[in-house]
Amino acid sequence: MYVAVKGGEAAIRNAHRLLADKRRGDRSVPALRLDQIVEQLALGVDRVMAEGSLYDRELAALAITQARGDMIEAVFLVRAFRTTLPRFGYTRAADTGAMLVERRISATYKDMPGGQLLGPTFDYTHRLLEPEIAAGLDPETPESREADDGAMPRVTDILAHEELIEEDGAVPQGKPVADISREALEFPLERDARLQALARGDEGFLLALAYSTQRGYARSHPFVGEIRIGEIDFELDVPELPFPVPLGRIQVTECQMVNQFKGSAKAPPQFTRGYGLVFGQSERKAMAMSLCDRALRTSELGEDIVAPAQDEEFVISHSDNVQATGFVEHLKLPHYVDFQAELDLVRRMRAEARQAATEHKEAAE
Amino acid sequence: MREGADEQVRQANMATLARAPGERLKALWSDAKLETEHKIVRGPETGLVTVRGRIGGGGSPFNVGEVTVTRATVKLAGGAVGHSYALGRDKEKSRIAALFDALWQDESLQPRLATEVIKPLARELEAADTQTKEQTAATRVDFFTMVRGED
Repeated sequence: MYVAVKGGEAAIRNAHRLLADKRRGDRSVPALRLDQIVEQLALGVDRVMAEGSLYDRELAALAITQARGDMIEAVFLVRAFRTTLPRFGYTRAADTGAMLVERRISATYKDMPGGQLLGPTFDYTHRLLEPEIAAGLDPETPESREADDGAMPRVTDILAHEELIEEDGAVPQGKPVADISREALEFPLERDARLQALARGDEGFLLALAYSTQRGYARSHPFVGEIRIGEIDFELDVPELPFPVPLGRIQVTECQMVNQFKGSAKAPPQFTRGYGLVFGQSERKAMAMSLCDRALRTSELGEDIVAPAQDEEFVISHSDNVQATGFVEHLKLPHYVDFQAELDLVRRMRAEARQAATEHKEAAE
Repeated sequence: MREGADEQVRQANMATLARAPGERLKALWSDAKLETEHKIVRGPETGLVTVRGRIGGGGSPFNVGEVTVTRATVKLAGGAVGHSYALGRDKEKSRIAALFDALWQDESLQPRLATEVIKPLARELEAADTQTKEQTAATRVDFFTMVRGED
């Protein structure tokens, strides 16, 4: 039975008006502009783009402001906006080797072509709060040094010879590229569908799962083969032009995780790999993604499923924070009728239990 | 052959226009006084394009996520049709880029279009790339070995 209950319109209207007022906060404090958020809270913006699965910095900044800094609410807003736009197509697959590199490190190779470039990193900072930032002082101009224009090949390509490390992953020939935003998930998934889900997955959830593999729940002996951050050109094939049309550049973070592997019935002993590719500068997310990708390749590599991080249906079904928050948060919406029905049921069950106890007692006497 | 070279230049122009900051393109366009009568055939309209990467960097393609893209198509009185595509949601930038593409098909206009619009934009984009590369290069680790003991 469905019973519509009216009422609450005025309360909702006034609640939203109050929300808008609280969002603005103290009027004597200047209102934030979107460009301030894009420029100065850049990694928060990147996270909303990655998990919202929409690369558009200004929209992500608007979502963060509208959500009062609630990142999952902001991701939700971005996802909702996506559904209002028509689709123009799929880009050609990007070559991360041709990236304009802003950061590139390897924990496995000290000397590699192109070198180790730290870029704008939190690594090696002392994690001490810096009051001069609150004072709004301008930092020093960054140092510059002549750049050699040499190639910066992916570390995994340097390693590829000798078959000591497995090749870049392939899904079965002839299958169209999976698109989880167009088709419902059907387990088991191919790796392309899993990677798409992981790329938009919740950073906290994937981080915890990745950590669990390091603590022994599906240990994979990982090394960071390479992390690189930078901008890549993307091109789109369109019917009206005889060449792929350049769209501009997008910043991404790529992580190549290299894992020890003792071999199985399906694969020889060699280093296996997990892969992470995320919008923006999102190093932690890319690393967690690559660890989860490797853990989820259990069946492909003939390993036993012994830990949560290896359970594809568990990981992928719970990685999307918009779905997760929708289902958890819906519990606070009115369930008056549901609850009335449950209340009646419990009353009836108690009455029956009481009667059964009485009858039992009488029979015993 | 000649046609192939023309296409390459046209594609390179599109790349420059797509990457150009909208406000800068609008300023150059207005200074160049190249605005001319045209019919809007499509857009400018914003939509989604799905970005593809490759598993492991070089393996099978997979979908990473979506990006906003704005496109436009314009037609000049003489019949030339111009197209534009670029990341983002800047409709005026999209219209100007499509108009540029249409005007480019008139060879007599190419020198002006190149000098007053494409070259300044390309120069500025190149300078920004150089700055990124040089600032990144300054964060390059120069390993050295500490020698301990006498020999």
